[in-house]
Amino acid sequence: MNSLRYMSTQPIISVKNLVKSFGSVTAVKNISFEIEPGEIFALLGPNGAGKSTTIKILTTVLEPTAGEIRLNGFNPVERPEAVRRSFGIVFQDPTLDNDLTAYENMEYHAVLYAVPKSVYVSRIKELMELVELWDRRTSFVRDFSGGMKRRLEIARGLLHHPKVFFLDEPTVGLDPQTRNHIWNYIHELNTREHTTIFFTTHYMDEAERQASRVAIVDHGSIVATGTAMELKNQTRTASLEDAFLALTGTSIRSEDASATDAMRAHARAWRR
Amino acid sequence: MNSYNATIRIIYTLWLRQLKRYWRSPARIVGSLGQPLLFLIALGYGLGAVFQQAGQGNFISFLAPGIMSMAILFTSIFSGIEIIWDKQFGFLKETLVAPVSRWTIMFGRTLGGATVALIQGIIVFLLALAIGFRPINPWMIVPALFFMLLIALLFTALGTAIASRLNDMQGFQLIMNFVVMPIFFLSGAIFPLDKVPVALADVVKLNPLSYGIDAVRGLLIGNPVFPLTVDATVLIAVAAFLMALGAWLFSGIQA
Repeated sequence: MNSLRYMSTQPIISVKNLVKSFGSVTAVKNISFEIEPGEIFALLGPNGAGKSTTIKILTTVLEPTAGEIRLNGFNPVERPEAVRRSFGIVFQDPTLDNDLTAYENMEYHAVLYAVPKSVYVSRIKELMELVELWDRRTSFVRDFSGGMKRRLEIARGLLHHPKVFFLDEPTVGLDPQTRNHIWNYIHELNTREHTTIFFTTHYMDEAERQASRVAIVDHGSIVATGTAMELKNQTRTASLEDAFLALTGTSIRSEDASATDAMRAHARAWRR
Repeated sequence: MNSYNATIRIIYTLWLRQLKRYWRSPARIVGSLGQPLLFLIALGYGLGAVFQQAGQGNFISFLAPGIMSMAILFTSIFSGIEIIWDKQFGFLKETLVAPVSRWTIMFGRTLGGATVALIQGIIVFLLALAIGFRPINPWMIVPALFFMLLIALLFTALGTAIASRLNDMQGFQLIMNFVVMPIFFLSGAIFPLDKVPVALADVVKLNPLSYGIDAVRGLLIGNPVFPLTVDATVLIAVAAFLMALGAWLFSGIQA
């Protein structure tokens, strides 16, 4: 494994001329980028810019309308299962089963990814200790706070040792302690396992601090790529936040609430 | 061999998840028994005398297999429809990005949902025994259980197929009124088929539940309308078709 990892010089993710339309709406107009193995890459953009759609296409849950994609050398449309084995993901919204315990959620994932029991028993313990949830392993996920759920999802996404780890707004609603803790772990993983990190965020300071390279997407197209420093120089601004605003403007974007959001709001109201 | 074992373990895990969710919500278990029990008692005692006078024998005995099947029908359809909840609360995404074929997921889930529905059917059977239902031959419960499982598989697959095409619970009432209720009432669950108008009898014959109820009733109290082989063939064929359809529709789900 160690020797293999540095042999490939081809990008771990390559996206060429990606287009995604939903009926008459084009969410992704024409996106191209490449990510080298071991990079920490941030995809930034206002609401509705096409970030989540891009992640969904890369992770095989949506099919592209047009474009050429490779993840770990595989095409997500032709070889979805090979692609699925190559990545781990933390979605924007929780995807845990609230009616199972924390441990059962981990075990479910391990079985689905065909991690042998001899391996997963120790690995689940190690990961859950790392996100400081081992003591709560027999608690039902429904009793967890948002931060705990997020930590559990991060642990779960790493259970099968993915080559690429996607995090869609991983630190929304987390306190600085938890955020810091999670990022420390992600960096450790990136250094130790050479795992490629692909994340989206609305916190520009987070992107500036954590990402080795960022791309800014707006209205379904990439408007700039480079290191935070390069983007600041390019826009002659002092912070990535200002660079972001210079590139994407200051008007507020609207994003329609999906049926899912409505349902969640409803379910929350019921629980009270 | 290895991947075969892995697939079996995945199916087992999906099955176990459905069962755990069932055991862990006693409120749901009790709640979903209320309706069958009400039907059994209200119809059984309410119409029992009239039924007897018409020379049709004990109505509770006639009704019990129908209401057992009703409990299975309701529970299976809703187990299938639970996919909508998984969609809404995100868990389906976790399953959809896993390197597992959609067919395996569909199969494991359907098996789990059907097992839960079968257990509900068995509980209603025990309740019916408690209020006076007596099968003519207790050993016949064994083949009857097989037919109950077929009913459960068939309608869990139907529920999954429907749910694959829905994104929220808005369609729930529609399914209840235009799928579940007609299947139940037009099945011979609560009335004998030999004295109904021809047009109604024809509709009942198009309903797969009729064959399930006929088999369960025939085994438990005798006098089946169709031969058991016909019942079994219809149920197996329709269940296999709906499983294939469900898996195909399920594989089309995009998040």
